[in-house]
Amino acid sequence: MKADTIKNNSEAVAGGQYDAADKNSIGLVETQHFIYDQPFRTSSGRDLPSIELAFETYGTLNSDGRNAVLVCHALSGDHHAAGYHHSDDKKPGWWNHYIGPGKAIDTDLFYVVSVNNLGGCSGSTGPSSINPNTQTPWGPDFPTLRVRDWVASQHLLMGHLGIEQWAAVIGGSLGGMQALRWALEYPALLRHCVVLASAMKLSAQNIGFNNTARTAITNDPDFHDGRYYDHQTRPKNGLAIARMIGHITYLSGDLMGERFGRELRAGSFTQGVESNLEFQVESYLRHQGDKFAASFDANTYLLMLRALDYFDLAREYGDDPVAAFREAQCKFFVASFTSDWRFSPARSREMVDALIAAEKPVSYVEIESSLGHDSFLLPVQRYQTVFSAYMHKMSEECEIKGGELNAS
Amino acid sequence: MRPDFLTIEQWVTPHSRILDLGCGDGALLKFLQQKKQVRSLGVEINANNIAACISNGIDVIEQDLDQGLANFADNSFDTVLLTQTLQAVHRPDFVLQEMLRVGKECIITFPNFGHWQARRYLLTRGKMPVSKFMPHEWYNTPNIHFCTVNDFEVLCEQRDISVLHRNFQAANYRDATASGPSVFSPIVDRWPNLFAAQAVYHVTN
Repeated sequence: MKADTIKNNSEAVAGGQYDAADKNSIGLVETQHFIYDQPFRTSSGRDLPSIELAFETYGTLNSDGRNAVLVCHALSGDHHAAGYHHSDDKKPGWWNHYIGPGKAIDTDLFYVVSVNNLGGCSGSTGPSSINPNTQTPWGPDFPTLRVRDWVASQHLLMGHLGIEQWAAVIGGSLGGMQALRWALEYPALLRHCVVLASAMKLSAQNIGFNNTARTAITNDPDFHDGRYYDHQTRPKNGLAIARMIGHITYLSGDLMGERFGRELRAGSFTQGVESNLEFQVESYLRHQGDKFAASFDANTYLLMLRALDYFDLAREYGDDPVAAFREAQCKFFVASFTSDWRFSPARSREMVDALIAAEKPVSYVEIESSLGHDSFLLPVQRYQTVFSAYMHKMSEECEIKGGELNAS
Repeated sequence: MRPDFLTIEQWVTPHSRILDLGCGDGALLKFLQQKKQVRSLGVEINANNIAACISNGIDVIEQDLDQGLANFADNSFDTVLLTQTLQAVHRPDFVLQEMLRVGKECIITFPNFGHWQARRYLLTRGKMPVSKFMPHEWYNTPNIHFCTVNDFEVLCEQRDISVLHRNFQAANYRDATASGPSVFSPIVDRWPNLFAAQAVYHVTN
């Protein structure tokens, strides 16, 4: 079963083809665009003359507006979190397993907002967008961004959509960091913070992996110091290697062993015969790398990796996460996965311990899973059950409090 | 409702901060939230119980008590509860010591293995007691450290644990809301080690 889950990872991560009869699918969705036509001051002190954010919404906002949830994406995600853009799409949005009618983030109960992060390459202003001052792509001149810049830009979109308070801000991995930052930056604007497979900051090992990935990109001869747009080329090889490195670390050793073992895709070890040998795992990783490199912008990947490295929840709070969490006013739900070695359960427990010490309401689950860091995207039964239970309870609160508001 | 709930309710201060170790489905904490408006946190290891807590709206942390409570600061809770769990941990004395460190006060409930029915079972059948209340066989029971009321008293004495209150109950699963004090209460209070099916202790350092 585990092997099936990862047979074709792209399918496994998202789900199958569009099926109009699937009652648990949000079905066809459309991308929307929000243009903020004023200077946006980044945390690095630079101004973007204006910003555009691509986003999608699923479900319906209640009349009292209390059922809105913000879903924050991870490193290589985008605003297309659920459903399909076209009926012939091969795969749905990246979190289709968890967003839809009857799913954990139930679109019959919640109004879900999903944004392509600023600096992205799927419709939001990013390094591949045109710099209005030069009329050429920003490239390496695009400002360095931090998690707090995403949160600030999501806050602008929130105002645009007329949402006064999120029922929850939800995210896995880098998305979890955004949810955490929301809880500290805008404590009154969310009632729940859902943090999945995340951490308060990256470890040295994590930064090391990310830097190796960055080096693969910047050392590609087609990178041209980030100005590859001007040379009508893309650092595809470097980006593919960067993705392969990431991909290996997002899976668990056991899972890769189970799925690929030492199985050969080509050639043989027969004595006396020289043949071009290829392991299944090589072919799989190359496919993943190439597919990613064909569609993702290298400068965006660099920017996202750096934001991941720079995030440190408690930096401005004397490196004391307890002091940081004292700012929060929401409830927290934290989940980790046993085989996740990039964002290990120990990192989540540190977070939970700090929340307890700060006397904040928190629930924590440690989910047994062999699927590694990607577990939070994949169907894992216990995770589905407990995540759904938390969201369901949250939606009851939305209704109760909404009723009270209407009554008064 | 378990009869120990009502006893515990009497010993818990309104609006205080409560930690329940081995909180099950969160029923006790929910009861205390409703009755005493406590701020609560549960610790549990069973996946189904954790999901039930979350559905009940009870904050719960997945954690193994046998690993200790090192992640909880000294005196960070007003009361730490351990109900029907003492007998299921690997090191009851260690868990008790940790509870007393984390909580200003602690409430512990446990089944009394010295109860006359358990003694009769062992005496007449020569086998480990199995009952409605203790339904497991010796080889698959989660209850690995049964003790008697007298055993617990000795432990408290040895570890300088002060007993603030004691409550002894003749039955474990009698519906406490349905009936008042049992006619047997004076007998149970006089000879708890023989007649108490369940003991409830309120202790502090």
